[in-house]
Amino acid sequence: MALPLAVVWSQVAQQVTSGLAAGAIYASLALALVLIYQTTNVVNFAQGEMATFTTYIAWTIMNHGVAYWPAFVLTLLIAFGGGVTVERVLIRPVEHRPELVIVILTIGMLIAINGLTGWIWGPEVKAFDSPFPNRSVIVGGVAISIQDIGTFCVCLGTVVVLWLFFRFTTLGLAMRSVAFNPDASRLMGVRVGWMLALGWGFAAALGAVAGMMAAPTVFLDPDMMLVILIYAFAAAVLGGIDSPVGAVVGGLLLGVVINLLGSYVDFVGQELRLPTALAVLLLVLVIRPRGLFGRVVVRRV
Amino acid sequence: MRRWASPVLQGLVLAAAVVLIVLLPRFTSEFRLGQFTYVGIYFIALLGLNILTGYNGQISLGHAAFMAIGGYTAAILILGQKGFELAGHDPAQVIPEHGMRALFTIPIAGLVTGVIGYLFGLPALRLAAVSLALATLAVAVSFPALAKRFEHLTGGGGGLSLPLPHAPFGWDISTPHWLYYEAWVTAAILFVVAWLLVRGRVGRAWRAIRDGEIAAVSSGVSPAVYKTLAFGISAAYAGVAGALFAIQVSYINPDTFPVTLSILLLASVVIGGLSSLSGVIVGALVLEFLPIYAQAPPVLHLNFAKQAGPVVFGFVLMVIVLLVPGGMASLIRRITRPLTAALARKA
Repeated sequence: MALPLAVVWSQVAQQVTSGLAAGAIYASLALALVLIYQTTNVVNFAQGEMATFTTYIAWTIMNHGVAYWPAFVLTLLIAFGGGVTVERVLIRPVEHRPELVIVILTIGMLIAINGLTGWIWGPEVKAFDSPFPNRSVIVGGVAISIQDIGTFCVCLGTVVVLWLFFRFTTLGLAMRSVAFNPDASRLMGVRVGWMLALGWGFAAALGAVAGMMAAPTVFLDPDMMLVILIYAFAAAVLGGIDSPVGAVVGGLLLGVVINLLGSYVDFVGQELRLPTALAVLLLVLVIRPRGLFGRVVVRRV
Repeated sequence: MRRWASPVLQGLVLAAAVVLIVLLPRFTSEFRLGQFTYVGIYFIALLGLNILTGYNGQISLGHAAFMAIGGYTAAILILGQKGFELAGHDPAQVIPEHGMRALFTIPIAGLVTGVIGYLFGLPALRLAAVSLALATLAVAVSFPALAKRFEHLTGGGGGLSLPLPHAPFGWDISTPHWLYYEAWVTAAILFVVAWLLVRGRVGRAWRAIRDGEIAAVSSGVSPAVYKTLAFGISAAYAGVAGALFAIQVSYINPDTFPVTLSILLLASVVIGGLSSLSGVIVGALVLEFLPIYAQAPPVLHLNFAKQAGPVVFGFVLMVIVLLVPGGMASLIRRITRPLTAALARKA
């Protein structure tokens, strides 16, 4: 090591913080996947495309002269409504069919929404404004971009708000009970169908946050969330596909690890980040399918 | 009496299909012929995917990656080290020195892809339906990155140009005609193989595992053996299709087989009809022609953006899943059933 230790440390710290920012985005989308998985036992393959679509809506709203934060909130509301509608119209009819059928339905949504986005807004890449200044602050000799700090805070802030909702409101309690045991909840007078629809709404809103936070760095194009969706899948599986805490921890961990491997392992470099995430995904699935925080599923013979 | 009326009708339809495929080149332009060659290639890939997803219940969103492996195997064998050097690439040591005739690379591509698919099937054994879909999608998404990284094998992002194909053994037919027959004769052979597999002992085991793994185990069927076998065979089909595809376009690069293709392949199998071999031909026609006709609907004189294809594709898939779970094959069966019944009554 020719470099003084302090320089190496600050570089590593920088990679860690930008990894945390990317990881927070993966965590939001992973949490969206987990929210739906918990209640319906299905992975929503259209989650990324729904997020892209709502990010384009945000872009349109801002282009009409609305300031960033009002547009942000408006987009979340639209995304929430869209998620609820999708559940009511498309998922409800297949609720009791085999998982494979529901998965294929979400794949149909993926294809259609991706095409629709490109059809409405065109295939060319668009710039997306960031609400944060393009500067860095220096903390303890480590330069951290304000963009990264902002992304991290917005994503994790949304997660915390959601957690408070689930933990301290009656509606949140009802939704948790549906995830835990739908039949018993129905007997207790919980409207299970609507709770599932709300779950889809929250998932869509989380996806919209992820999309709007990712867009300034990856730029807005119809396929922008596909790669992020794979990272989110890997994060959700790493944390345990049925564990919300796991999704957040998995997302942050994956963001940091991938960023460090990409920067310091020559073999991985810039190009092999995604295949590395794939390797993580496969390893976890094979060695510890329940992930870090997941429940062991016992099959009844 | 119904018991033989249906096979007779099936045989007649199959014979009619064969005659149609053989005679088609006489009636169409070379451009159309190229499109029908793609139908044949997709037919092969969809046969393989239907074996895996339809008959064995394992979902794959990564079949374009298997097609790419087949395509690259064929391209590497056709070029050889000499061809790599001529094209300005630096070849890896494992590549054979001299190039091969395109036709002979097709079975090798199938074999190589089959082995790789079999190996991928081993970890896949531990995955439930949803996680398998995830893992295979991740494979499809990361394949282009891998292909770009290992430049000595794949020619990197610039891709590999292949020599223009022509009919071998001095046959006097044009290149498009040759490619058409090459694809469809391969498709016919692989269709018969798939039919024999599916109707026999192996197919019974696959279906038993799909319908109830625990019941299958207690009847002495080993899921490990048959599930990996399904994965291997399915990948081999995709590999053959990929090799034919690369030969047809005489070029391959990391984006020749994009993720979208993986997703559309699965969609086409479902639209055609899961676990129906006759549905596969409908799926192949849909995959080739639906995007084209969605963009420019015939008769209406409209011209939509390129994205109209995927939009219509997605909506058709959703409608099929919601309303006709058996796919087009079951729809056709429902329509022809009165006819079959009438035939049976007469007999």
